[in-house]
Amino acid sequence: MSAADLIIAPPAREPSRQSPVTRAVIYGLLALFAVVYLLPLVVMVMTSLKPLDEVTGGNMFYPPRDWTFEPWVKAWGTACVGLTCSGLKIFFWNSIKMVVPAVIISTGLGALNGYVLTKWRFPGHKLLFGMMLFACFIPYQSVLIPMATILGKFGEFGRSLDDSLGLSLGFGNPTVNLVLVHTVYGLGFTTLFFRNYYEAFPDELIKAAMIDGAGFFQIFRRILLPNSGPIIIVTVIYQFTNIWNDFLFGATFAAGASSPLTVALYNIVNTSTGVTEYNVNMAAAIIAAAPTLFVYIVAGRYFVRGLMAGAVKG
Amino acid sequence: MATLEIRGLRKRFGAVEILKGIDISLEKGGFLVLVGPSGCGKSTLLNTIAGLEAITSGDVSIGGRVVNDLHPSQRDIAMVFQSYALYPNMSVGENIAFGMEMRRVPKPERDKAVAAVAKTLQIEHLLKRRPSQLSGGQRQRVAMGRALVRQPSIFLFDEPLSNLDAKLRVDMRIEIKRLHQTTGATIVYVTHDQIEAMTLATKIAVLKDGELQQVGTPAEIYNQPANLFVADFMGSPAMNLLEGAIERADGKPCVRLDRGDQAPIVVPAPASADPAALREGARVVFGIRPEAVNDSDSLDHNAKSVVRFDAPVEIVEPAGADTFVVIHVAGREMTARMRADADVRVGQNHPFALNLDKALLFDPQTTRRL
Amino acid sequence: MTDELSVAPFLDVARPRSHRPLRARARDALPLLVLAPSFILVLIFVYGFNLWTLFLSFTNSKAFTSTHLVGWLNYEKLWTWTFDHTSNWHTAIVNMGLFGGLYVFFCLALGLTLAILLDQKIRGEGILRPIYLYPLALSFIVTGTAWKLFLDPRIGLDKAMHDLGWASFHFDWVVTPRMMIYCVVIAGVWQTSGFVMAMFLAGLRGIDGEILKAAQIDGATAYATYRRIVIPMLRPVFLSAIIVLTGMALKSYDLVLSVTGKNPGGAAELPSTFMYSYTFTRDQMAVGSASAVIMLMTIAAIMVPYLYSELREKAQ
Repeated sequence: MSAADLIIAPPAREPSRQSPVTRAVIYGLLALFAVVYLLPLVVMVMTSLKPLDEVTGGNMFYPPRDWTFEPWVKAWGTACVGLTCSGLKIFFWNSIKMVVPAVIISTGLGALNGYVLTKWRFPGHKLLFGMMLFACFIPYQSVLIPMATILGKFGEFGRSLDDSLGLSLGFGNPTVNLVLVHTVYGLGFTTLFFRNYYEAFPDELIKAAMIDGAGFFQIFRRILLPNSGPIIIVTVIYQFTNIWNDFLFGATFAAGASSPLTVALYNIVNTSTGVTEYNVNMAAAIIAAAPTLFVYIVAGRYFVRGLMAGAVKG
Repeated sequence: MATLEIRGLRKRFGAVEILKGIDISLEKGGFLVLVGPSGCGKSTLLNTIAGLEAITSGDVSIGGRVVNDLHPSQRDIAMVFQSYALYPNMSVGENIAFGMEMRRVPKPERDKAVAAVAKTLQIEHLLKRRPSQLSGGQRQRVAMGRALVRQPSIFLFDEPLSNLDAKLRVDMRIEIKRLHQTTGATIVYVTHDQIEAMTLATKIAVLKDGELQQVGTPAEIYNQPANLFVADFMGSPAMNLLEGAIERADGKPCVRLDRGDQAPIVVPAPASADPAALREGARVVFGIRPEAVNDSDSLDHNAKSVVRFDAPVEIVEPAGADTFVVIHVAGREMTARMRADADVRVGQNHPFALNLDKALLFDPQTTRRL
Repeated sequence: MTDELSVAPFLDVARPRSHRPLRARARDALPLLVLAPSFILVLIFVYGFNLWTLFLSFTNSKAFTSTHLVGWLNYEKLWTWTFDHTSNWHTAIVNMGLFGGLYVFFCLALGLTLAILLDQKIRGEGILRPIYLYPLALSFIVTGTAWKLFLDPRIGLDKAMHDLGWASFHFDWVVTPRMMIYCVVIAGVWQTSGFVMAMFLAGLRGIDGEILKAAQIDGATAYATYRRIVIPMLRPVFLSAIIVLTGMALKSYDLVLSVTGKNPGGAAELPSTFMYSYTFTRDQMAVGSASAVIMLMTIAAIMVPYLYSELREKAQ
């Protein structure tokens, strides 16, 4: 059983023979911890539904007296991010525009890589895999400067293309930049996930397909992929969560109007002009968190699988 | 012309030589079983015939043409795997038709072929189901159907029954045998189970550590094993192998089996043994199968050469149709096969009889049969 | 089970001696060609870029890249600063130690506790477990924003406690520069301990039930069983968790920024924020590169032996 299976569907053990007091303590502790874990979220939600004077004047633990959705409307449509005051909606779409291609490309490449590394072993495949694996663990700080330089050059190239041809072919476009960055730095993880999954895929199915005359891509398309449902979901969720939640790359390479949502959130919360609208900030934070939370609620067990696999426990 | 001919096949993997010069040929309609312990190279050999693994030197010919360099899909072979290897995302019908699809056979022809094979194997009612919905025996038949539909020169089976429980294994074994008889297919079959080998094969090849120990019919392998390994490996329970020494009595060579404080058993040397090796005092290994060690009641009436002796009984194993009795002779344990109702008791001395018609002698140094 | 000897790589498949050797070679090379783009991308963007940063750390780049080499100068600067109480780097290193140590320790402690509690055949595990895990789905920015509010003395915990009657409650860490880093610890532990819990839970459940039965027969109390048998058996999980957590702590950037706002006074400086500010705000690219290289080396020192041993174990 994989680690994830052990968590989601634990093996049965006989019923406990502990004293009622012990049981009470256990449940009590668990409930206490549950409260601690939920409290910040609950406070966030409640704060986002209060008018500002209730936030500053009242107790954060109390539910709203005068419910209002105004902070949400403001966060979405009119909050100020830097100098533009048109809310989060633009940045929400920025994030989507960036996440979707990045997830698709990195997952697709990861699947092909996993396939090659496990079913077409060549001398040195372990080393190659190790090298790609290590890429998962580098601190992004060590690639920021060169990346900034290269992307700057892309930008120049794009502008010169634009001047001569009338189109820049995406060079220098911040969203394209982010897609590139997230794809490249996600390759290590996606390859890891697929490689571990395909490792356990029966070799005999591949052999049978070979004898049947299927070629390299046919085997991938007709045999491997149709049976890869679970790992595709796990990888997509993992990549989606990580890329959506990223801040560092977004802040460094896509500042301004093309920022992703996390950067916009940060800017909203940390603008030092005027009065801090805590309720709007909270609403903005929830908007930013909503997609990944939704995915988590809907597909929790796949989320757990991704977590476990991402901890390099093969 | 043999359907399958393997000449001087060697396979290295890195520094290890996995197959060390194999020569086998198989006639059309034959059933060759490759048998041997784990790690002996039998699956590797099968894979080289299939083309799933390349060979280092030697030749593999199928139907008269050398196929060394041909891709598996071009060798006119079909393979049935231990785990059946049915494509889980396709229906039974699609599984069977997949190979034809890859070869761009038009749909009407494919459907006809699938229907014909399904009829032969009686799986027509399963055509739309997925492999996960089938029982083990049904999956086996689908795997065979996938192989049959190809109408290949040779069928390759890689331990197809190992995953089944004992009862199912016996049933499917009979099915495979029936298939062989009705279609006259040429089959190469790998197993570690020597009972399967004996019951299915027209020809058995025993392998150990990548070397052929012996190739022959089941009867030859069983009655005239080429060396100690084959003698011990085939047959269940295993052949009794006892240490003895040659004595000459009345000019005739005999084998003396010492029994410590009891009188030794002296048996005439088997007629099949090479006289040149039967020098006075030579140490030999005396081999006799449990079914040739009985008491007077169970003894074969047609036995020509019999030696009797008494021995204390150590263990009695009632096995339903027979009773196996373990006694101590010449420093080794000996197993006797008696009738189910034999009156044998542990600890008591019991009169035994050795039927020497099928006894064998082996050289302890070279392990070859004398 | 097929022979162990026949587990051959698929590249060993028989191939035709084609009349057109180029075509045959191309077909043999197809798997490598498919892998190549990813590998090349990783080679350039990971290894190449790291080397580039390494190179920069030996130059005197300021606001722009310079190729003028100055040897170990930048590292010497950082080395001196490590012991200079007034320097940002010193603060960063001290904070890294504090933050890293506390973060790893509390994540382990909390994660293990929760896992042990959950493993007691709890009803409602299906509800509790997702509660402990959901923070992982959140961005660090969201987490930091939430905790910044929660711990804000004017509208958060401090004020709430006063309103509830506990007038002497005093918690203004989040606005006290010296104490800010501990708030980051709190937020970080809240976010990640669920992950550690999941790892320990899997480890606990992987323990053979029969060992526990044997312990029962031997008369061990629950406490003794956990202390002497279960927890020692979880050593590999501890190791994995420490490695993953240390990596996360070292790379922490988003969390610090969002909890402390724009890091006033640099009190909550960490190597990651140091690198960023020196490179992009203070125009000291070479020093920033050197700090990034140090971050990389620290992580490599932990990860490479671990990865190596993991991959070796699975050697076929």
